[in-house]
Amino acid sequence: MLTINGKEYELNGKTVAEALAEIGYGGQRVAVELNESIVPRDQYDSTVLYEGDHLEVVRFVGGG
Amino acid sequence: MTMPTREEMYRALEERHGKELQRRLSAASVVVCGIGGLGSNIAIHLARAGVGRLRIIDFDRVDISNLNRQQYFPEQLGMYKSDALYDTLSRIAPYCDISRNCVKLTEENIPELLNGEDIICEAFDKADQKEMLVNTVLEKLPDKFLVSGSGMAGLSSANNIVTRKVTRHFYVCGDEVSDVADGLGLISARVAVCAAHMAHMAIRIIAQEYDV
Repeated sequence: MLTINGKEYELNGKTVAEALAEIGYGGQRVAVELNESIVPRDQYDSTVLYEGDHLEVVRFVGGG
Repeated sequence: MTMPTREEMYRALEERHGKELQRRLSAASVVVCGIGGLGSNIAIHLARAGVGRLRIIDFDRVDISNLNRQQYFPEQLGMYKSDALYDTLSRIAPYCDISRNCVKLTEENIPELLNGEDIICEAFDKADQKEMLVNTVLEKLPDKFLVSGSGMAGLSSANNIVTRKVTRHFYVCGDEVSDVADGLGLISARVAVCAAHMAHMAIRIIAQEYDV
């Protein structure tokens, strides 16, 4: 189990990019923090998630 | 009517906010990136609160389509927003140290341009620019406090707009859903609710109240 925005998911072993796609953030404008550290955008495909990880995803939508 | 002195204005703020909070506000510095519906409101709240040093950054000019929600006047149409808001802020807070940049923020210039203030407010309107600024700040300036806005378009309840603490230095305000690209308009009051969340979080950070 790992948590994304406070909810638990079975996504151990997936990359950040795969996890984002599975929970509906595929192709969205986001920022991703993994265990309190930013995941650089060019590392979504190479960063693998492990048991107990805490992921926070912020989605950016237009308007301001 | 004579202009109140610096001391008179400071004392009036102290009476409202208390000595300790006003000391912190006066010593604080905030940069507002994008001064449209969110940013113009944020900057005005912070100037009124007596934040000591403010920087406003925008490359755009005041357009008639901005007047439904942005803090500009019809006679300012065509002016650079950075100049127009600078004038307004100077009238609200004549002793605030205000600086302005009429420039487009990019991954390349952000580390230099946003390095001078304690707190960064992301107040852009386009999602791709929000993503660029937030990711660049989190990657290149990780010690800064960052307050971002996402999701304030349309007529949904203003109660859906919240402040979320994402990580130790990063907060996002809005509903994170309502997208202007979905054909929702931007209603002044709902945008201002989000702007007030952002300005208030900046003030709470200055007061060393880091929770939400």
